[in-house]
Amino acid sequence: MTKPSTKTARTGRPGGFSRAADAVVRRAIALCGWLAIAILGAIFVFLLLNSFKALRELGLWPMVAGTDWYPTVDPARFGFLPSEVGSLWVTGVALLLAVPIGIGASIYLSEFAKGRVKNVAKSIVEFMAAVPSVVLGLLGVAYLSPVIQRTFGLDSGLTALTAGVVVGVMTLPTIISISEDALYSVPSSMRQGSLALGNTAWQTTYKVVLPAASSGIFAAVMLGLGRAIGETMVVLMLAGNSGLVPRLPLEAARTMTGTIAQEMGEVVRGGTHYSVLFAMGLVLFAITFAVNLAADLVLERQRKRWRR
Amino acid sequence: MSRNERTARRARRARTVELVAKFITGACLLFAAGATVAIIGIIIYRGAPSISWEFLSTMPKKQMTAGGIWPAIWGTLMLTLWTAAFALPIGIGAGLYLAEYARPGVGTRVVRLSIANMAGVPSIVYGLFGFSLFVIALKFGTSLIAGALTLACLTLPVVIGATEEALRQVPTDLRQASLALGATKLRTTVRVVLPAAAPGIVTGSILGLSRAAGETAPIMLTAVAFFAPMPKSPFSQVMALPYHLYIMATQAVKPAPGIVWGTAFVLVAGVTAVGVLAAAWRTRQRSRIRW
Repeated sequence: MTKPSTKTARTGRPGGFSRAADAVVRRAIALCGWLAIAILGAIFVFLLLNSFKALRELGLWPMVAGTDWYPTVDPARFGFLPSEVGSLWVTGVALLLAVPIGIGASIYLSEFAKGRVKNVAKSIVEFMAAVPSVVLGLLGVAYLSPVIQRTFGLDSGLTALTAGVVVGVMTLPTIISISEDALYSVPSSMRQGSLALGNTAWQTTYKVVLPAASSGIFAAVMLGLGRAIGETMVVLMLAGNSGLVPRLPLEAARTMTGTIAQEMGEVVRGGTHYSVLFAMGLVLFAITFAVNLAADLVLERQRKRWRR
Repeated sequence: MSRNERTARRARRARTVELVAKFITGACLLFAAGATVAIIGIIIYRGAPSISWEFLSTMPKKQMTAGGIWPAIWGTLMLTLWTAAFALPIGIGAGLYLAEYARPGVGTRVVRLSIANMAGVPSIVYGLFGFSLFVIALKFGTSLIAGALTLACLTLPVVIGATEEALRQVPTDLRQASLALGATKLRTTVRVVLPAAAPGIVTGSILGLSRAAGETAPIMLTAVAFFAPMPKSPFSQVMALPYHLYIMATQAVKPAPGIVWGTAFVLVAGVTAVGVLAAAWRTRQRSRIRW
């Protein structure tokens, strides 16, 4: 889109006051834009500053690869592995559920659904994003965890699987709306070309449209992954918060987000445990940052390719 | 078998495959939509009966096992309003910058990437950040204001995105017409472009804010208390609906189920009502503006 040139205003020579105001406001507005970088930088700096004590006393690698999490016994052990593996299980279950269902639903929305059905279904799915995660956690506690407990004959229904299923449902709107965007942005001339050659709508979809939209769909999955890793309340309420490294999704687990949320309120300010939790936040930040950056770079490339 | 027959069989098979594919993808969509409908249904079914004027307007009693949730409603309202006060001016400013002022280049690209990445930072990490900056470094303590500032950081990318999107939909002709009449860029922006984009900006921002109202993890570390009296100043601790719900759903002392589901109902109904009102308002405004 072409933008009106700022020179037009200048050659117009309006009064001195309004020109000065123009300049001031332009600076202020630019500052707002650059604030995003400042906040992102500040998040990193504050996480780093607060985890300094833990990094110096324990070192990053021993924390990241440590298998024991006993923060309150003496001497305390601060290994992240139980929560890292827990996060992995929960995220894995969530994606196993959300990726196929999400992509399937977005294919139906973009290629088969028409008119009103499409709009209604889309807004219903998107409504899910408005439901606060703590409410989904409550539903999981009340309805899903008893089912899981009975089905698998467990002592408790609070497992990585339980949390993963709910997190998967939560990530559905993200995956559906972004991959539907990607599918929709494939030019219809490509579809018509394929249909004219005698392909059915479905053959067109999986031979032409899906490959063309694949990078956008990949980005959708990555963004869903980022959401799933970062989700806090659902895992806090449903994963069971065990201290051990979970070997199966049917065991109680803890995640990085849940550990921080649960223990931050109880630690001594400025102590080692406190600092370790910030270090865990730093690791979490680094992981989600990498995932989201990758997704965004892919999306940007896709946008350039199909610019309409 | 003749060639014709083979072709016919292939076509038949392709049609069958297409039917199966339609059925499977349709089932996926049905699952996603069905899950949403089920969630809403359960919340209404279990929560609506416990809503009464008393529940909405009184303080909790007997260690939270009885009474109402008024302070939590008030706290969430205040948190959201303060969040809006911080996030809207900055977010709209940044959206203006990206849509109207920023020139394509490396700098703008980095700003955009930062905003996209801000949207992906986990809410608990915002909590850690808000805690270390607002609660401790700036000495606000666990307070309404610290929570609101934290939530504002979290909402910022949504507001920026909504603003930029809305501004881009304003036709260039409008700007050029205003500039051609001798208006400055600022005057054009304030008098022509912003009013035309207002419906989109407002709706998007409200949706972002209503999502912030439901956040629990960040305010857990920065703003809320298990029980707090009605806040006297922005530097008081507050109660909030999402945290109240979390405590009610997980603590050992079991409150009446009516309180738990009633709180969930109020939270979801509040968030939804605001969103629906915003969307309705946008539709009305859109029908008035024509270009």
